[in-house]
Amino acid sequence: MTATPGAARTGEVLRGVGVGRRGAVGPVAQVRPAPHVDDDAPLLVDGVPADPATAHRIVDEAFTQVVDELREQSARATGTVRDVLAATAQMADDKALRSQVLTRIDAGDHVVHAVDGVVAMFATMFEQAGGYLAERVTDLRSVRDRVVARALGLPPPGVPHLDRPSVVVARDLAPADTAALDLENVLAIVTELGGPTGHTAIIAGQLGLPCLVQVPFATTVEDGTVVAVDAADGTLTVDPDDALRAELGRRAGVEDALAADVEPGGTADGHRVQLLANIGTAQDAERVAPTAVEGVGLFRTEVLFLERTTAPTRQEQATVYAQALSALGDRKVVVRTLDAGADKPLAFATQPDEENPALGVRGYRLVRHDPELLETQLAALGAAQSDAGTAPWVMAPMIATASEARDFAARARAHGLTTVGVMVEVPAAALRAREILAEVDFVSLGTNDLAQYTMATDRLRGELADLLDPWQPAVLDLVDATARAGLELHKPVGVCGESASDPVLALVLVGLGVTSLSMSAGAVPAVRYALRHHTRAQCATMAAAALAAESAPSARASVVAMLAPEVRETLGV
Amino acid sequence: MAQRTAVVASRVGLHARPAMIFTNAVAATGVPVTIARPGGDPVDASSILFVMSLGVPHGEEVTLSTDDGAQQVLDELVTLLETDLDAEDAPTQPAAGAGS
Repeated sequence: MTATPGAARTGEVLRGVGVGRRGAVGPVAQVRPAPHVDDDAPLLVDGVPADPATAHRIVDEAFTQVVDELREQSARATGTVRDVLAATAQMADDKALRSQVLTRIDAGDHVVHAVDGVVAMFATMFEQAGGYLAERVTDLRSVRDRVVARALGLPPPGVPHLDRPSVVVARDLAPADTAALDLENVLAIVTELGGPTGHTAIIAGQLGLPCLVQVPFATTVEDGTVVAVDAADGTLTVDPDDALRAELGRRAGVEDALAADVEPGGTADGHRVQLLANIGTAQDAERVAPTAVEGVGLFRTEVLFLERTTAPTRQEQATVYAQALSALGDRKVVVRTLDAGADKPLAFATQPDEENPALGVRGYRLVRHDPELLETQLAALGAAQSDAGTAPWVMAPMIATASEARDFAARARAHGLTTVGVMVEVPAAALRAREILAEVDFVSLGTNDLAQYTMATDRLRGELADLLDPWQPAVLDLVDATARAGLELHKPVGVCGESASDPVLALVLVGLGVTSLSMSAGAVPAVRYALRHHTRAQCATMAAAALAAESAPSARASVVAMLAPEVRETLGV
Repeated sequence: MAQRTAVVASRVGLHARPAMIFTNAVAATGVPVTIARPGGDPVDASSILFVMSLGVPHGEEVTLSTDDGAQQVLDELVTLLETDLDAEDAPTQPAAGAGS
């Protein structure tokens, strides 16, 4: 780290990891951390410590203001965010909480100590109750932070109210923080922590917002300072010059032009290719519904299971699935059953002490130990199908053999699910795609895991990223084998890995015979544009060139050389 | 001291939405009411924090208490607890309790 704290000089550039390709210019709005105050910090009024009666009045007012503020935020929000904020407001409005704090203050206790003590008592009770309540402790603490800040006259913690389009900067954004953002006024999101596949990056990708993560010292930039955020090269520039503003403006114009095409995806000669979105929650489904995607190609259901101590019930799951299906009306929705294990451990499902979890009991394999987990999920999907009146496509992750595919299909069909498929992400499944497709209605290639297993390279080892490149000819060979099986059996073969979001690679995938591409919603316009400017035959020629290359970089270079010139220029490849 | 018992009918127990509806109803009566689990200490029934932290599951019996003369209030609250307060947005299938 070469940047220094507090140094936000004109033209200074902070570097991080960019998510997406967009850029934005605007004033910084810092998300404030909770105030760090000693618990015996005196409450000063005109420079003198307040007497208990004055402290009582100030804290009483602080509670009222915090409740009003939360109610107001809740009223402006929608969906889950509204419910979370309304529930937090009700906690802040709790009679017992307020009266116990005030009783302590009347007895001469320090303000911070009194609030902390009472909140800690409730937090302990919540934690002992476990489950849903234990997760609500975060909301309780946020009430504590807000009341303390109000009473002591400190700036309110958390996400600021955005009164103009702003670049939101934070050390890290918790899901609750992201939920509280007034998205209308968010130009870009920048965090010091977080990873390119973390929560913040995923949300930003879905919203098509430029995002930078892992930017050291980002929180030292003063509120209101104008910065340029460029996700394509991972930079934040303080007080950008006219040239940089003009360049980002030009690129924004291109992005807007791309987004203007809302027709179904297809090649220049009219060969249809479904362009779909990857989502993780019912709220994501609501967010992508107004965009020009033709549906959802990957609904990762594990989000519903993460950070929980017990599995969600059938009803809980059915409600969420029905909400997602309803949001998308009659559009296609492909739901992937729970993909736990490896880098996504679950308290109640992960096998302890696996030496090599990526090769262990993960994904569909969990059915060996805990078939109820899958049966409950399939039952919930069946119930959601009846409730929403629309039939999801359902697929299982980590299938290695045709007999696993057959077992899964039988289980899914027993719950009334009619369109059943499996993921192809294990090389064995790609090599035997014909036998697997004979058992199911469709397959979907997960190119991230397929590359990991083909190249024997851990997805989490950054220094081996070159081996994980989806342009690796060996990986493309397996995609080719799978797509061929689909063409022969006349069954759909989709791609739902991030490789689908690379407009150049998307052309190759279509040339190989892939029938649908699923990606973060923000990536769809560029892929749609690239496809629209090439014929199916041109895509096939590009695919042949990529398969003939001897390395990943040369595969990409040979395809880039074949791109239509206007596509190369517009997409900047 | 007037007391009544009630079996919690809400499928999720006395949590979230049902807890919110119940505590609002208690507060609206303007009468001090306590609620206790079997063998547990009574807590302020108008406090959502106290009520939620009891962690009352579906089907458990709770005891409501208030001053003499407010029997009518308890009757109404018992009726409320014995209604499935989460039913409005719940799926139409019967509760299966299938989540491991």
